[in-house]
Amino acid sequence: MAGTSKLDVGYVARLARINLTEEEANAFQKQLDEVLKYVEKLRRADVSRVESAAHALPIFNVFREDAASEWFTAEQALSNAPRKADDLFIVPKVVE
Amino acid sequence: MTEKDLPALSIADLQSLLRRREVSAREVVDALRARIEAVDGELGAYLSLDMDAAAREAEKANVDLPLGGIPLAIKDIINVMGQPCTCGSKILHGYRATYDATVIQKLRAAGAIPFGKTNLDEFAMGSSTENSAIRLTRNPWDLTRVPGGSSGGSAVAVAADTAIGALGSDTGGSIRQPAALSGVVGFKPTYGRVSRFGLVAFASSLDQIGPLTKTVRDSALIMNVIAGHDPQDSTSLNEPVPDYAASLGNELRGLRLGLPKEYMIEGIDPQVKAAINAAVKQMNSAGADIIDVSLPHTDYAVAVYYILATAEASANLARFDGVRYGYRAENPKDVLDLYGRTREEGFGPEVKRRIILGTYVLSSGYYDAYYLRAQKVRELIRQDFANAFEKVDALISPTSPVPAFKLGEHTGDPLQMYLADVFTIAANLAGICGISVPCGFAEVDGDRLPIGLQLLGKPLDEARILQIAHAYEQSTDWHKARPPIASSTHKA
Repeated sequence: MAGTSKLDVGYVARLARINLTEEEANAFQKQLDEVLKYVEKLRRADVSRVESAAHALPIFNVFREDAASEWFTAEQALSNAPRKADDLFIVPKVVE
Repeated sequence: MTEKDLPALSIADLQSLLRRREVSAREVVDALRARIEAVDGELGAYLSLDMDAAAREAEKANVDLPLGGIPLAIKDIINVMGQPCTCGSKILHGYRATYDATVIQKLRAAGAIPFGKTNLDEFAMGSSTENSAIRLTRNPWDLTRVPGGSSGGSAVAVAADTAIGALGSDTGGSIRQPAALSGVVGFKPTYGRVSRFGLVAFASSLDQIGPLTKTVRDSALIMNVIAGHDPQDSTSLNEPVPDYAASLGNELRGLRLGLPKEYMIEGIDPQVKAAINAAVKQMNSAGADIIDVSLPHTDYAVAVYYILATAEASANLARFDGVRYGYRAENPKDVLDLYGRTREEGFGPEVKRRIILGTYVLSSGYYDAYYLRAQKVRELIRQDFANAFEKVDALISPTSPVPAFKLGEHTGDPLQMYLADVFTIAANLAGICGISVPCGFAEVDGDRLPIGLQLLGKPLDEARILQIAHAYEQSTDWHKARPPIASSTHKA
């Protein structure tokens, strides 16, 4: 397991799009280092003869008819929008 | 029977009163309203209530339907149309659900009245309900202690008679553990047995909705309504739903009950251990065979869980970005600033910690070492249970190694909090069903704190687990005990 590498909380938080204060980053670093140390125990498990399991059930490829059905109206979909106009969500400018 | 006694009734007892027209659904709603006003300020089980709508629904209730006229509390992570769904988070501030979850549609069709939303750890991440960004929920047996979590509000509402019954969700024990710590019944169905459509996703390979109730029979009555296939949830199982309530009996003879030797760990409170031993002895003298079994990969369960659950959470919670609903940071300078500050200001510390851990274990270079390895160990844990269930009909353990702990006792130490789930987590990893039923009390500093007995069953064996739990429950009086806050305010 990744014993030699170290979680860089600041870097991973940026990947996860969460800004952190320095105080928070320091606290998380310490707490998550402990959690990662705890999960090191998985190294001891012999997994050489097991397939990975995405979940506990033998369900694969669930299909449905490709047919249109009633769903939200634009008004419903926008009813919780922090900012909206003309049936659209308003966000900061993405392209200059 | 006066109106103020109504909130203490079970679903089954209330149902017979309603059907005999001895009380009306409206009287029940009014009695609950009064009870909530009297005690919920102190307990903090509810985040929002719509008693006026509940009263209107009660007026036209058809009490002959399976749950006709029964008011139910709903964990505030399940969408109920028109009501808030905060998930205990600031990031969903102001959000109102635009649809009913499948379980809510089914409850309504069966005549039940969802009237209020209960407190939880933010996004169901926690074991004490202290991670709620909105309010603190207190254990009705001792107001200085946690109710357990994450479905702490639902557990407290049922325990303190501010609900007749409730729904919760269980990702690693979030129904069973608060049920144990608050002294009620909590049932986690098999993965796929109940649709999650409309449940805000935390860890999609583990999440399952289930009931918290005053009796096992009440859990069976709710399961009769909410179980079943739903095309809106691709993981929902297309299997027939038996009548869980009809098959309840008092027979334990010939049942094979397994005691996993790995669950006899150090760190189990001696009073919890004694209560479980007494329950096992009792079931044995009622005719059940007690068999020692082994679940050799138990020690890995918590580690596997905190890799898989955080990985899935980091993906599921990516949708909270301040664009389409809920909280948005003010005056963002660009879109990355919008995401980064919305999530900084909207999420609490435990949610941030888990998203960061989950992002890390999925990131390039670490995926195989953490996520893939955890998936494989998960399969070993699943096989442990499959092997055990070849020898026994159900497994017995404590639900929680300790009774309710003090508010604030573990908040600075996430790892200690995670270890509180040591007996419940493996059931989610293996996808099996499980229940917690009251089995005694621990005396701590002069207070009586409830202890829960956990029974685990193989996939889709809900009916049998409910039967065993019911037979045990009916041979004891533990489920009849009411917390001090219930009786004191009750008489006033």
